[in-house]
Amino acid sequence: MQPTKTDGTEYFHRVVDCQWGCPAHTDVPEYIRLIAQGRFSDAYLLNRTSNVFPGILGRVCDRPCEPACRRGRVEEKPVAICRLKRVAADHRDDVTARLPRAPAQKNGKRVALVGAGCASLTVANDLMPLGYECVIFEALDKPGGLMRTNIPAFRLPAHVLDEEIAYITDMGVDLRLSTPVESMRGLLEQGFDAVFVGSGAPRGKDLDLPGRHDSDRIHIGIDWLESVAFEHVSKIGERVLIIGVGNTAMDCCRTSLRLGASDVKVMARKPRAFFKASDWELEDAEEERVEIVVNHSPKEFVVEGGKLLGMKFDRLEYDIDERGRILDSRVVDEVMIPCDDVVLAIGQDNAFPWIERDVGVEFDKWDVPVVDPVTFESTLPGVFFGGDAAFGPKNIIWAVEHGHQAAISIHRHCHGAPLTERLPRGVNLTSAKMGIHEWSYSNDFDPAARRIMPHVDLKSRFKKLNIEVELGFSAEQVATEVERCLNCDLQTVFTAEACIECDACIDICPVDCLTITPNGEQEEIEARLKTPRLEPDQPLYVSAELKQTGRVMVKDENLCVHCGLCAERCPTGAWDMQKSTLVVPYAVHELAADETGSSEETCHRARRTG
Amino acid sequence: MTSIAKPKIVHRGLRRNALGLTIRDYEGGMSTLCAGCGHDSVTAAIVQAFFELDIPPHRVAKMSGIGCSSKTPAYFLGASHGFNAVHGRMPSIATGAGAANRDLYLLGISGDGDSLSIGLGQFAHAVRRNLDMLYVIENNGVYGLTKGQFSASADVGSKAKRGEENRQPPIDPVQMAMALGGTFVARSFSGDKDQLVPLIKAGIRHRGFALLDVLSPCVTFNDHEASTKSYAYTREFRHRVVNADFIPPREEIKAAYDEGEVMPIELHDGSRVLLRKISKDYNPHNRGAAIDYIRSHHRAGEIVTGLLYMDEGDPDMHGLNNTSRTPLNELPFEALCPGADALASLQRRFR
Repeated sequence: MQPTKTDGTEYFHRVVDCQWGCPAHTDVPEYIRLIAQGRFSDAYLLNRTSNVFPGILGRVCDRPCEPACRRGRVEEKPVAICRLKRVAADHRDDVTARLPRAPAQKNGKRVALVGAGCASLTVANDLMPLGYECVIFEALDKPGGLMRTNIPAFRLPAHVLDEEIAYITDMGVDLRLSTPVESMRGLLEQGFDAVFVGSGAPRGKDLDLPGRHDSDRIHIGIDWLESVAFEHVSKIGERVLIIGVGNTAMDCCRTSLRLGASDVKVMARKPRAFFKASDWELEDAEEERVEIVVNHSPKEFVVEGGKLLGMKFDRLEYDIDERGRILDSRVVDEVMIPCDDVVLAIGQDNAFPWIERDVGVEFDKWDVPVVDPVTFESTLPGVFFGGDAAFGPKNIIWAVEHGHQAAISIHRHCHGAPLTERLPRGVNLTSAKMGIHEWSYSNDFDPAARRIMPHVDLKSRFKKLNIEVELGFSAEQVATEVERCLNCDLQTVFTAEACIECDACIDICPVDCLTITPNGEQEEIEARLKTPRLEPDQPLYVSAELKQTGRVMVKDENLCVHCGLCAERCPTGAWDMQKSTLVVPYAVHELAADETGSSEETCHRARRTG
Repeated sequence: MTSIAKPKIVHRGLRRNALGLTIRDYEGGMSTLCAGCGHDSVTAAIVQAFFELDIPPHRVAKMSGIGCSSKTPAYFLGASHGFNAVHGRMPSIATGAGAANRDLYLLGISGDGDSLSIGLGQFAHAVRRNLDMLYVIENNGVYGLTKGQFSASADVGSKAKRGEENRQPPIDPVQMAMALGGTFVARSFSGDKDQLVPLIKAGIRHRGFALLDVLSPCVTFNDHEASTKSYAYTREFRHRVVNADFIPPREEIKAAYDEGEVMPIELHDGSRVLLRKISKDYNPHNRGAAIDYIRSHHRAGEIVTGLLYMDEGDPDMHGLNNTSRTPLNELPFEALCPGADALASLQRRFR
């Protein structure tokens, strides 16, 4: 095999599984270290640089970082990354003085942002400090988009939302509430330099079965949640069926319990392994005694004389192969489940009835706008899409990343620069060696299990709709959980020329992830690894040929716990632990690059100065 | 942090042996030897060998003397017995331990200082009485603990770190053991576990005294350019003459060998050692020829390694001295201490 290329940004970024898994590339290990040091405000601001809404995301993020977390491969459970983010948010001091500010001198460019959700707010967050004038048009009378309308207050309290949105709008955003945009053409005629569409995926999918329109007790999930959020709905029947088993369904069933329901069933068509909802959301719902019923396919709404009596389902049986795939299914029988209300939570679409189809924004055959996945520009120059509006429903953290990228594009567009020549990402490496047996990070492996989030007890939590269920970690829990982080950004960096092949690193490695072996094809090398390769997606780190024998050092990144013992026991410093810092460019760096002309240098400098 | 311990992580890739133990269960404390010391590799090879042999750690007695090498029993088989003896006196203690309990696997760890200077006599007699043990010499040519003076195994012309040259001829434990009638004589290198681990396994299973001389470079005092016991020198001038594969009892021989190339030797417990000649003109069954071969190659600056001599037929100490089959700690008190009358009658026989 050829020596692994580590000079680009990708290799070392990938090793930091959480950061690689995060769409916004949040520097997780670094903020966890800051929390460990009690530097909550610093941890908060580091988070905010990449994900903009740490307090919100620390509660309701889809947390793609956690399934990616190395700790979940070494043991069973990943680090509670998301809830540690909330720790930083909960315990921060007043950070307002350290937030980006808009300059008094504007740059004369005006940007229209459609929808006051997470995507548009991120664009405003990135562009306001550059002197842009940002106008947000929002149909509802409060900003926040789905974060406010679709996420119940018992998971995300309104004050958290208000505070983090205000951090952005207080920079002087022209926020026009209760102002729906009804025509793209009309908007374009107002002479904005750029338009960003962050209007989300506001149309809940319907279920057109017999009886659907014969009762007013059948609700579309996201619309119903919105009505609850704006206090237009305050009760529901005793027996509620939720159709669908995604995260919206989880919010619907738990909300029902708080509006008077006592018998709530979530009806799933498939077995549990195929559920779309995150495991932790399922757990939280089941803790509240929601029943999740599998293998039931909706067939008919049973309505008599305008009164909803229940729903008929086909009970299904599945043939599943060893790899867990469904081969076949058949109907076993039909059941009728009585209920007072039905909530449909089977998905949602983006919808653009307000964009004239001849205005220049091309739509594809599914009637979705054609959007460039890198620049987020539509086919009409100067019109950008992001969040769920761009590629359909994803989640908040993706919308934030879309917002960051769209902000860069908008800046380049407004300055006549090509959108595709964006600043590159970078990786900085710095040795973590401080002295004998001393490293600049806590490298002791702590075998503690994942801490369990304490909840408000089941009796009290239903008293009001907006009692936040999760209490947040205690100080002791934080102290333990931060040490579970394996510091994957402390990279094991190998210098082949210095190696004397003494085997010290091989012998000391507590997870046997190192092997010195004759070079060969990948398959041959894999067969000779000290521990079998369990995760083919995890990279192999192959060195250049070693001086004394011409063999190669091979590291399987999969299980490395970054304890640094290889570097600790290396007599020649061939192994070193080096802190990698991913340098992610934002719109502000584009501005700095414009001024100095040297993009990479500016990017690094901007990172240092925060 | 003043020192760093190796964390015990039971990860998903960890294998278990027939006893249900992982290799972690065969490790010991964290090494305090210099980073890169060859001895740590020998430690790791021992850990691997005992893990693969499915030997319960509590059935092993680790014996050692004084020196860097003799510290290493603290770093492997944490759950076994151990005795850290006076300098050079480990063979006597091991003899006593072996005589008292034949069911223990005796593993002696010594160094070139401990065995070839102060303990030379002890070493020679352990070979001579064919004590049933594996005796590992971690041989680096210097006294590492006292800052790198030449030991008795330093080659003529080899230079110390500060430049002095050694002029006294070395004592080669391999040639000595052969001359003294050793029944299992092997040499290996700490940097070659593929060779070292099977030799440790075979030596443990061999009935009688098994000498394993391991070139184990001193990374601090003897790993420089003019040294003949550095990693680089050993790799360059090492000459493998016989490879030994260890096959446990009841296991099929899977690898294909050319006819006439392999000499199988059956051990008393049913396991086999397959000697594979790499050098055609070497015969691991002819003591005299083997000594000549090793000596002439040493003169040419080459280090001959492998299972250099093996004879499974000679009686060991237990056979020669008719020791108790039952470990003394399991004998009933009356048998172990027959009383004053029995002593008096024994003494009468010698009058």
